[in-house]
Amino acid sequence: MALLEIENLTVQFPTRRQTFTAVKDAHLTVEPGQIHGLVGESGAGKSTIGAAVMGLLDPPGRITGGVIRFRGEEISGLDAAAMAALRGKKISMIFQDPLTSLNPLFTVKQQLVETIQEHLGLSDAEAGARAIDLIDRVGIPNAKARANQYPHQFSGGMRQRVVIALALCSEPDVIIADEPTTALDVSIQAQILDLIKGLAREREVGVILITHDMGVIADTTDVVTVMYRGEVVESGPTARVLGQPEHPYTRSLIAAVPRPTVKLHRFPLIGYGGRVTEFKIEDLARNWPQSTAERGTPLVEADGITKRFISKRALLPSNREYFTAVDGARFEIRQGEVFGLVGESGSGKSTIARMIAGLYPVDAGAVRFEGRDVTATARGVPDWYRREIQMIFQDPYSSLNPRMRVDEIVAEPARHHGILQGLALRDRVAELLDRVGLGADAGLKYPHEFSGGQRQRISIARALATQPRFLICDEPTSALDVSIQAQILNILKDLQEHLNLTMLFISHDLPVVRQMCDRVGVMKDGKLVEVAETEALFEAPQHGYTRELLSLMPRLDGLSDEGLAVA
Amino acid sequence: MLSYIIRRILQSALVLLVVGLVAFAMFRYVGDPVDTMLGQERTVEDIERLRENLGLNDPFFVQYWNFLQRAVQGDLGISYRQGRPVVEIIAERLPATLELAAVSGMFALVFGIVLGVFTAIRRDGWAANTIMTLSLIGVSLPTFLIGILLIYLFAVELSWLPSFGRGEVVDLGWWTTGFLTQSGLVALILPSITLGLYQMTLIMRLVRSEMLEVLRQDYIRFARARGLRTKAINFRHALKNTLVPVITVTGLQLGSIIAFAIITETVFQWPGVGLLFINAIQFVDIPVMAAYLMLISVMFVGINLIVDLLYVAIDPRLRS
Repeated sequence: MALLEIENLTVQFPTRRQTFTAVKDAHLTVEPGQIHGLVGESGAGKSTIGAAVMGLLDPPGRITGGVIRFRGEEISGLDAAAMAALRGKKISMIFQDPLTSLNPLFTVKQQLVETIQEHLGLSDAEAGARAIDLIDRVGIPNAKARANQYPHQFSGGMRQRVVIALALCSEPDVIIADEPTTALDVSIQAQILDLIKGLAREREVGVILITHDMGVIADTTDVVTVMYRGEVVESGPTARVLGQPEHPYTRSLIAAVPRPTVKLHRFPLIGYGGRVTEFKIEDLARNWPQSTAERGTPLVEADGITKRFISKRALLPSNREYFTAVDGARFEIRQGEVFGLVGESGSGKSTIARMIAGLYPVDAGAVRFEGRDVTATARGVPDWYRREIQMIFQDPYSSLNPRMRVDEIVAEPARHHGILQGLALRDRVAELLDRVGLGADAGLKYPHEFSGGQRQRISIARALATQPRFLICDEPTSALDVSIQAQILNILKDLQEHLNLTMLFISHDLPVVRQMCDRVGVMKDGKLVEVAETEALFEAPQHGYTRELLSLMPRLDGLSDEGLAVA
Repeated sequence: MLSYIIRRILQSALVLLVVGLVAFAMFRYVGDPVDTMLGQERTVEDIERLRENLGLNDPFFVQYWNFLQRAVQGDLGISYRQGRPVVEIIAERLPATLELAAVSGMFALVFGIVLGVFTAIRRDGWAANTIMTLSLIGVSLPTFLIGILLIYLFAVELSWLPSFGRGEVVDLGWWTTGFLTQSGLVALILPSITLGLYQMTLIMRLVRSEMLEVLRQDYIRFARARGLRTKAINFRHALKNTLVPVITVTGLQLGSIIAFAIITETVFQWPGVGLLFINAIQFVDIPVMAAYLMLISVMFVGINLIVDLLYVAIDPRLRS
């Protein structure tokens, strides 16, 4: 008998004006010991299915059709009390962000003991012993001592282990993991996925793994269900669905996944449901100042730059402790190239970007732009240099001022530098918005009226307003869906090609880096351990750490090659 | 951790020094004490002799230093009006004010937190909406008006509660308390409500908005997914996370309860330091005014010091 069966599930969110159907007629079964992947882009209804199974739909959402059965018994119609008896006890859930899913004010042990006592009614001592046993079982070393620590004293990966320990408190039969590794580094991701795989194998737990990451699906799941706008479009054994996708949406989704193995000129876009937006970067080239500098000569040079942060404050300078975020990084970015920086979180990638952009003063070393010194001091960088560089940030939701109209946002840098005023500025803004594929009318709206991908286009338009020569992109697509990511990356490629822009491209996503960059630097613990041509780095990594990083990269060998030839 | 406490204490000391300077400047420059102390029939020699005796011819900072030294030893001068040491007068009056502040502070905290949590959990219920609407009245009416309305209703019309004074008090030698007699307790009710109503609505609204914010957090969702009871989630996980901002504001408000007691004490003829201060202003009794200023600032600084230490007790992230 199947552990969990979902039949014809429909979930709706009625509002005053209209009823929004988040999930429509979805089917899904989970067998003991099976990992069932649920994949799709944001808004596809993946998480809603998870919440519906847990009985945790946010109001006003409710199940309006179909049944959910657990071990053959219907649980979709249960009242709150009966559902509470099941939730966390028989069916557990793991959330995406380990940094926010633990209560910061209670120790790990307190949170575990509380949950254990809720479900198993053990005494304090028994529950405490079980808590330590659980911490040990999810692979946290030195469990006894660490149990009494608070969540902020754990790293992201360790916190996700704690979250899993919490989900295991009462030996559940089903675990719903909602994007459990999205917020984690690739090496930590591999460990967490191994842990989940182990649970399924050894303890016959059924797992629903919700993710948007094809690599995770390919490496981890036995069965996969693909969702698009609330509906299941395809379902079957993982190897079959990824290797021979039948539905056009699955095909377009798979084609948009950046490949770690081959470098393509552009990302293939197989439009499905009108999600491809046209853009015309080459039209911008007509009015773009032509650089006289020769391609390949150094544009930006980082000469042993170092950044230290105070990690322990003290009255006396001698008692202060410092953390070296970037330690003597030395590299050059050549005219017209895309230079990639890769590394795990905390390795100092973003700190380097901020030092070059002048947002952090440089503690030691120098930054040069075309041979002129532009090292950031406490007062920032020279004005002329500011005009030449622009940044695109990771989170399109927080990098645009919600109270400003889009045309004001895009115009602001050019106005600040006094480059353009009045009508000329308005024309420039309209042109930029049009060229990045938003249409000139977009300027009259506010950021919240746009999706994540559209907001990132606004960020790009803003960055282009001063006609810079150097662009810093700090994880520009890691908050976006894979099809949207492909479009944004294509825009960036066009910027390089048609406008001869030089870029510093920061990412933790190795396949994306392989597609985007001409040369790559690898960061580890604040040190730049290797710099090489992209193809050479991926084919023949020199440094041990680079090899380790590359080995953790999902190979995606089983993915269908359809559509890649379009490039 | 230790350096944090030391730094806070040093900052507090600095604030007190500055306030001491202001209080001292009042002594020195608001009116001429010699003028006030000598009668009409005075000679230039009398004035000069008194100036020398009082140390008024010393340089400014020497005088300030002497003032501080005496202040630390509990000598804040002699009241011009009553001719008694100021410290003695204030010590007589302080229990009344502190008891009133403590009761109204407790009232504001208990009702503010309970109602705040209630209105946050039952966000769209009619009861919560009614409380929210009524609370607007609490913030918008001035204290003296609330006091007068309460007196009119409960003392004049219904004759349930006394309209003024502390009732019977028990003298413990170093402290006079109204907590031990029935008339003393009854007399506390109206002034405490008057004084605490504004703080209560403020705390309630703050707890409510913080609580709504916290209830949206992932760890609350996760607590629910773990199968914890709603009660445990609301009162253990959510409430504790709302406390840091609530404590900040409550700390400041507790200080202003003592400071604002002036108005309530006037309306209810409450024999506390606020009323003493009002009378001191009427008679330009500068030593009393200066001492009151020092007293209030010591309390403000002390309360804020405690608040800073409470943060650390509540939030483990601040301990490292």
